[in-house]
Amino acid sequence: MRRGGELLIVTLTKASLFTLGEALLGFVIGAVVGFTLGVLFVRSELAERAFMPYVVASQTVPILAIAPMVVIWGAQLGMGQQLRVGLIAAYITFFPVAINTLRGLRSPDPTAMELMRSYAASGRAVLWKLQVPSALPYIFTALKVSATASVVGAIIGELPTGTRSGLGRALLDFSQQFGARPEKLYAAVLMSALAGILFVGLITLLEHRVVHAARRQPA
Amino acid sequence: MTSPESVTPPPQAGLAIVARGVGKTFGTGAERVEALRGIDLSITPGEFISLIGPSGCGKSTLLRLIGDLTQPTSGTLEVNDKNPHQARLDRDYGMVFQKATLLDWRTVAKNVELPLEVMGFNSSDRATRAAEMLDLVELGRFRDHYPWQLSGGMQQRVAIARALAFRPSLLLMDEPFGALDEMTRELMQQEVLRIWTETDLTIVFVTHSIPEAVFLSNRVLVMSRRPGQIADVIETGLPQPRDEDTRESPDYYAKITEVREALRRLDRDVLET
Repeated sequence: MRRGGELLIVTLTKASLFTLGEALLGFVIGAVVGFTLGVLFVRSELAERAFMPYVVASQTVPILAIAPMVVIWGAQLGMGQQLRVGLIAAYITFFPVAINTLRGLRSPDPTAMELMRSYAASGRAVLWKLQVPSALPYIFTALKVSATASVVGAIIGELPTGTRSGLGRALLDFSQQFGARPEKLYAAVLMSALAGILFVGLITLLEHRVVHAARRQPA
Repeated sequence: MTSPESVTPPPQAGLAIVARGVGKTFGTGAERVEALRGIDLSITPGEFISLIGPSGCGKSTLLRLIGDLTQPTSGTLEVNDKNPHQARLDRDYGMVFQKATLLDWRTVAKNVELPLEVMGFNSSDRATRAAEMLDLVELGRFRDHYPWQLSGGMQQRVAIARALAFRPSLLLMDEPFGALDEMTRELMQQEVLRIWTETDLTIVFVTHSIPEAVFLSNRVLVMSRRPGQIADVIETGLPQPRDEDTRESPDYYAKITEVREALRRLDRDVLET
């Protein structure tokens, strides 16, 4: 069970941590972009009508087609390998965040919106005191989807970038050895899954801290 | 059916609310609905006015016009000698709806502080005001509870405290006790009367309960079916303070009958046309 003198589990743990780093980068970029788009769309119907079709269309293009473009253009712009992989992960993670943020921001009761209106509240006050807190449960649901997607995105992104240290490379190598050494691929698959689970677990912990306990009580 | 003399606005300043020929039409073409027509009224500061009428008579719409939540299609409205928009920007309105609409991630005290936060009060002022208001509605010891831990009546009292926290001159209430049981409802009416006596609020109260309108108000405005017009104005003339004995007095019953007959006349008019 050694590869270059190292235990498989050590190799895979290193690879997993490396990939998780890329995934986290992509996740953060995707979450910020997704949230920003949600806010933009809720505040401007024009922006929603103009850009939403492209946001949806972006997700129908296979990531395998997008990845090489990001790799080449990113390199031309002088981006590091890790950032390029992160961008590929971000490409698939921003979408659920954008859609759910938009939905969450629209979730407050119309009466609550009128109440804010009666206080002559600014758009910013309505956003931060009513809409964003109302949207948090929706946003966290999206973040969990995005957390798993970002790991997959990072793994896929590693292939065209030629990243050697991550899970993507390990999966590729081990799938070629599958006939002779199937346990290696199984182990790599298991580690990929664990990486995703770990990430979702972290988001769930964060959710428990941010979304107040009172909101999870039966109303 | 003409508007009675007593609601024709006299040309004088210093009134809380003045409406002149206010009308509201929703939609256009085949979808067009005339909700209100030719509303004239004047409400003096410190009055308690109820709007009563059949469902869909536009009483809530009239309240929303006063509160600048929607705009009239004809006529003019003045609130504290300003247009309603300016009055809203000046934070002249406290509003209470049928749903308490408390924010479930905020404690009772933080809910009361919400308008104060929006209006830029500092944190010690907010805390003082919130405590004051919660004492006013007798919920002081529930300040750190969450909305879901309170009964419907208590939630509505928090909503009232929240509406009064920034000391508006007008309190607009849209069927605030419509979702409460009869016992709680009577207690809440008592509470509102007490608050009204302790402050110099002008209250406009939309309801479809005749006894509620009579018990609470100085004047009851009876509205006709769509398009809503003011069909009758009934001065209740019941002495203050009003309490449980008021509810059993013959004068109270007489006024209830008077309002009921005014409402029945509307139905008769509908059947005859």
